[in-house]
Amino acid sequence: MRHLLSAKDLSHDEAVLVLDTAAQMAATQAREIKKLPTLRGRTVVNLFFEDSTRTRISFETAAKRLSADVLNFSAKGSSVSKGESLKDTAQTLQAMGADAVVVRHQSSGAPHRLAHAGWIDCPVINAGDGTHQHPTQSLLDAFTIRRHLAGGAGDLAGLHVTIVGDVLHSRVARSNVELLTTLGARVTLVAPPTLLPVGVESWPATTSYHLDDAVADRPDAVMMLRVQRERMSSAGGGFFPSGLEYSRLYGLDQRRLDALPDHTIVMHPGPMNRGLEISAAAADSPRSVVVEQVANGVAVRMAVLYLLLAGAQATAPADDETRVLA
Amino acid sequence: MGPDMRAPGGEAAEVLGPADIGRALVRIAHEILERNRGADGLVVLGIPTRGLPLANRLAANLAAVEPGVEAEQITGSLDVTMYRDDLAHHPTRTIGATHVPPDGIDGKVVVLVDDVLYSGRTIRAALDALNDLGRPRAVQLAVLVDRGHRELPIRADFVGKNLPTASTERVRVLLAETDGRDGVLIEGPTGAGR
Repeated sequence: MRHLLSAKDLSHDEAVLVLDTAAQMAATQAREIKKLPTLRGRTVVNLFFEDSTRTRISFETAAKRLSADVLNFSAKGSSVSKGESLKDTAQTLQAMGADAVVVRHQSSGAPHRLAHAGWIDCPVINAGDGTHQHPTQSLLDAFTIRRHLAGGAGDLAGLHVTIVGDVLHSRVARSNVELLTTLGARVTLVAPPTLLPVGVESWPATTSYHLDDAVADRPDAVMMLRVQRERMSSAGGGFFPSGLEYSRLYGLDQRRLDALPDHTIVMHPGPMNRGLEISAAAADSPRSVVVEQVANGVAVRMAVLYLLLAGAQATAPADDETRVLA
Repeated sequence: MGPDMRAPGGEAAEVLGPADIGRALVRIAHEILERNRGADGLVVLGIPTRGLPLANRLAANLAAVEPGVEAEQITGSLDVTMYRDDLAHHPTRTIGATHVPPDGIDGKVVVLVDDVLYSGRTIRAALDALNDLGRPRAVQLAVLVDRGHRELPIRADFVGKNLPTASTERVRVLLAETDGRDGVLIEGPTGAGR
């Protein structure tokens, strides 16, 4: 595997390798000197067609901690607003000597197109595309779960993760369902029927419409998803009657927080809508790992950049099997 | 590839046995104590993979000779993967663990331990890695085998055995902790697998 486009691309062993590598990267981030010389002289381009704070900064930090040069490109204020196509943008980056492209795009499949259209010949890392995939987010979630609930090693066999909220618009949910089940965890999706995608019954996860039942099922981790209002046309978009009703039925409030087992961790990919899908009490409780997820994101992205970029480039695909992850 | 495998056309000659390795590590432990006039401020860092068990054995030997030395308190591991200069020429390497004793390495005498000293590039990477961890008072190098062919101005302070080799030959160090038994083998140029 040369690119990271989807969580589904990762085998069990590859996923564990990324997490193990991330653990070593995280250890280096506790040092006084956090910078490593590993990717010195390489150029990583952050190609962001969609707004993002934490993912872009996280990738930028990860690349800089490995001594790579980082070029930030956002669609706003670039030639894209003059109508430049993805192809022309990609070829411009190629001509500037990019060694890896981190791409976020509002259209599902744009990173796949970028990786396979022959426009560029460097690794492409998907940083979120439409409602499709966000593989590094699922890796950092798996890393966080492993650290808290699986002793920080191996896979997630036997753990039960419940993902709650706007599954329909969530690339985070899609990536997590695939990665977590690859790693041996059991996943339950909880959402109102209007916010579950067509075909969800074919996913390797069980679904429920009732958060209280899911809480009573004693999950090991609860992941609250952001209600993605920007992807819903009018106010609420007709997906639910009102924010208040949503938060009563699907929000993680104090009562549900208290009903969870003591060891259960509360996760959120951010940015949080406090008072909608997650109450302030839950977001700030000791079992919330939201801030730690952000820190782990840097370590996981360092691991992905290392594994895709540090080794011999795939110019000779013949000995591909000897490569660890690329 | 098994340790005893002799591929057709080449041969694997055992140059050090378990007893030789044991004696060399006892001698090196004494040399380290002699050179540093005791074990004060000594930190022993093994370079993964096989430098690590060697460092543990050396520290145990130091603790056996020198009163007041606790092996676990002075031993650690130093992974140099992310500091190598040849990353782009090889398949992606798995990153090992770095552990430094609780007191750190600032102002200490660090003894780096590796199995084979060859080009010297691993040790250069190790010196860079140390630099990011702190500022030791001095750095010394102990290796089980020095096989020559240096590409950098680096030499070992403590050597188990000097092995003159051809660059086409391959030196394999086997340790009980990683390979099930102790031994140092030289494999011939044509036989040695790859």
